[in-house]
Amino acid sequence: MFGWLDYGARYIVENVLNMSMDTAIGSSVHFFIYDSLKIVILLSIMIFSISYIRSYFPPEKTKKILERYSGVSGNIMASLLGTVTPFCSCSSVPIFIGFIEAGVPLGVTLSFLITSPIVNEAAFAVLLASFGWQIAMIYVVSGVIIGVVGGLIIGKLGMENQVEEYVYSIRSRARKIKELTQKERLKFAYDSTRDIVKRVWLYILIGIGIGAIIHGYAPEEVLAKYAGPENPLAVIFATIIAVPLYSNALGTIPIAEALIGKGVGIGTALAFMMATTALSFPEAVLLRKVIKPKLIAVFFGITSIAIVITGYLFNILL
Amino acid sequence: MKITILGMGCKKCVEVYDNVKKAVEELKIDAEVVKITDAAKIAEYVMSTPGVVVDDEVIFEGKVPSVEEIKNELSKL
Repeated sequence: MFGWLDYGARYIVENVLNMSMDTAIGSSVHFFIYDSLKIVILLSIMIFSISYIRSYFPPEKTKKILERYSGVSGNIMASLLGTVTPFCSCSSVPIFIGFIEAGVPLGVTLSFLITSPIVNEAAFAVLLASFGWQIAMIYVVSGVIIGVVGGLIIGKLGMENQVEEYVYSIRSRARKIKELTQKERLKFAYDSTRDIVKRVWLYILIGIGIGAIIHGYAPEEVLAKYAGPENPLAVIFATIIAVPLYSNALGTIPIAEALIGKGVGIGTALAFMMATTALSFPEAVLLRKVIKPKLIAVFFGITSIAIVITGYLFNILL
Repeated sequence: MKITILGMGCKKCVEVYDNVKKAVEELKIDAEVVKITDAAKIAEYVMSTPGVVVDDEVIFEGKVPSVEEIKNELSKL
């Protein structure tokens, strides 16, 4: 699909910059040019398409849909809807309140809240660009499964008393959901694409830059030894390092791509990526406004364990 | 007229606040611009932040409207 781009980048390296593809610097520069263009193109296409779909599922509508499902199907539906919802973690609190107020069970609400940050369209696009369809789909499916299982466990634990009391007493003003015209949906998709690309391009370029250096210079044997699929501690370690890196989540993918090329386990890289988006300290602080510390701990505990398990699974499978 | 910005304090909410301030200045209207960061109050109005409420009506939610867009909506009211 991107053969032409690979050819173009090669042409620039060999004929414009007069470098050989066989040298470390030539290979690094090629990686940088090729990856940057590929990622920006795919990112724009993906965000545009998902935002268009999202225009059909504003949180108010999601809430209405979820009110109709009970039991496991509620968790599955919530997790699926979580894949196409907002990028901004600031919305998680009002969404949480809205769901609980509408009578959506706590476990179902958390299925939504777990999957929503793990699976986002920008990360999907960058994964697609870096690793292809198979890995990108695996990423979505495992994100959904983690959300369903996490929500089910929290539901079973009966932690309703861990929600701040005031949440149950909020009554939102009944409003009509505005139906958008096709033109408005396209504008919405265009605006979000511009907005997200503007917000993340620098992180991605920095990530690709670091990736390019790793690609050209990192010693293969050392990385494979410490972070390869054979090292059982690598996944846990990757998950822990990922937590403070929230804002640079997308930049980590090209780094992961280069690392995998050098022998790091795919599951390890995937765990690292999921943890950067799903386990963020700022989100914990925000969620504290609606849920008590014990439930926050359970929420983050289950999500981390699920991510680590997913990491191991992929190191074994792929 | 009372314009309320709903948001828990992330970067987007700050941008919306600045844009609303600018729109009000450019339109030269008499409006009081306030911020609400309390989750409970925000949830009464919208589920996706940032949101903009004029008097009691939600005019934007879940996005950062440009100064032009805000001016457009305000002049319609």
